[in-house]
Amino acid sequence: MTLSDDNLSPVPRGYGGAVSSPQSTNLGDILERVLDKGLVIAGDIRVNLLDIELITIKLRLIIASLETAKEVGIDWWEHDPWLAGNSSKLEIENERLRARIEELEAGDGERRALKSQRVEPEDVD
Amino acid sequence: MSIDGVGIWLYAVTAAESAGGVVDGLSGVAGEKIRLVAGDGLAAIVGTVPLREFGEEPLRRHLEDLDWLATKARAHDAVISAVARSAAVVPVTMATVYLDDERVRAVLAARHREFLAALDRVTGRDELGVKAYADPSTLESRDQPFQQKSGERRSGTAYLMKRKRELSSRERAYRVAAAEAERLHAALLKHAVDGKRKPASDPSLSGRDSWTVLNGTYLVAKSAEGDFRKAVAGLQETTAGIELEITGPWPPYSFAGDVMNE
Repeated sequence: MTLSDDNLSPVPRGYGGAVSSPQSTNLGDILERVLDKGLVIAGDIRVNLLDIELITIKLRLIIASLETAKEVGIDWWEHDPWLAGNSSKLEIENERLRARIEELEAGDGERRALKSQRVEPEDVD
Repeated sequence: MSIDGVGIWLYAVTAAESAGGVVDGLSGVAGEKIRLVAGDGLAAIVGTVPLREFGEEPLRRHLEDLDWLATKARAHDAVISAVARSAAVVPVTMATVYLDDERVRAVLAARHREFLAALDRVTGRDELGVKAYADPSTLESRDQPFQQKSGERRSGTAYLMKRKRELSSRERAYRVAAAEAERLHAALLKHAVDGKRKPASDPSLSGRDSWTVLNGTYLVAKSAEGDFRKAVAGLQETTAGIELEITGPWPPYSFAGDVMNE
């Protein structure tokens, strides 16, 4: 929440920062403009910027803003069973496990386990 | 193309009538003298660069080198920014290289109308970036201060309840931040000709740990730039837990290409 006067000064500063103070401008800000934006025209020397691994993987679109968070898979809250309103899957899982335990305790599980062992070699083939 | 040859690096395009003297004293990505290639009422801002560094294969290799990339990106931006101070420019993406001046003139002729339309769109306007950073812990506590309930500390259930609260408060913070970003973007658009939301860049480049909830960039009339900055300052005062940052003015990188897609 702290902001330098410089950041919010109503007086326009010089262009791009790169001219007045070469190292002060955030590199990410420059790269996302000179590589990702600007007019794209085919040159004679063709280097497809999208093919550049460093740029695509390390520099562009990495940790997305919230708008694109889901597109890059930052949607853990939708899959976390502990989150509010999404406990049903957990309950189902619990019920399934409880039923399985009862089944095993009733002795049925042992026979099934033996049976599945006999079946296994056939599965490999 | 010979490895000892030279190429023509294109920085930007401007109107020929406003190009007089704009490149005097400027040097480019290879330290070369910046010059103009005129044609069809337009002027391309170019520099002659050695192909041993800027040819196809070396260029591809160098672009993987962050130090090289950083230096050249700053140099590319510096040329365009310098020209933009005195003339409307259409910035061209970094690493656009031609074999000779004739090829550059051919591009000016072939895309003449598009360049004019792009120039028309950006004349008298600047690009300003606005980023909003949120501190998750501030946002989490903003709407619902965390409270440890007594009597549920020891058991496994208590641990899980606590964990659940922590996760849902993080989720709540996301929601608050996303809503705030929407609100900020909408408010800023009222002071701009156009605006876009972009993905945030790698935190290692921004040097911040906090979430970037908004990475907006706005095309603003030069005459309205003061108002735009005041609007940002005003939004800052009324937005708790989020830090706003303005960058620019930039040459209109994010808006020059729009007319090509229409």
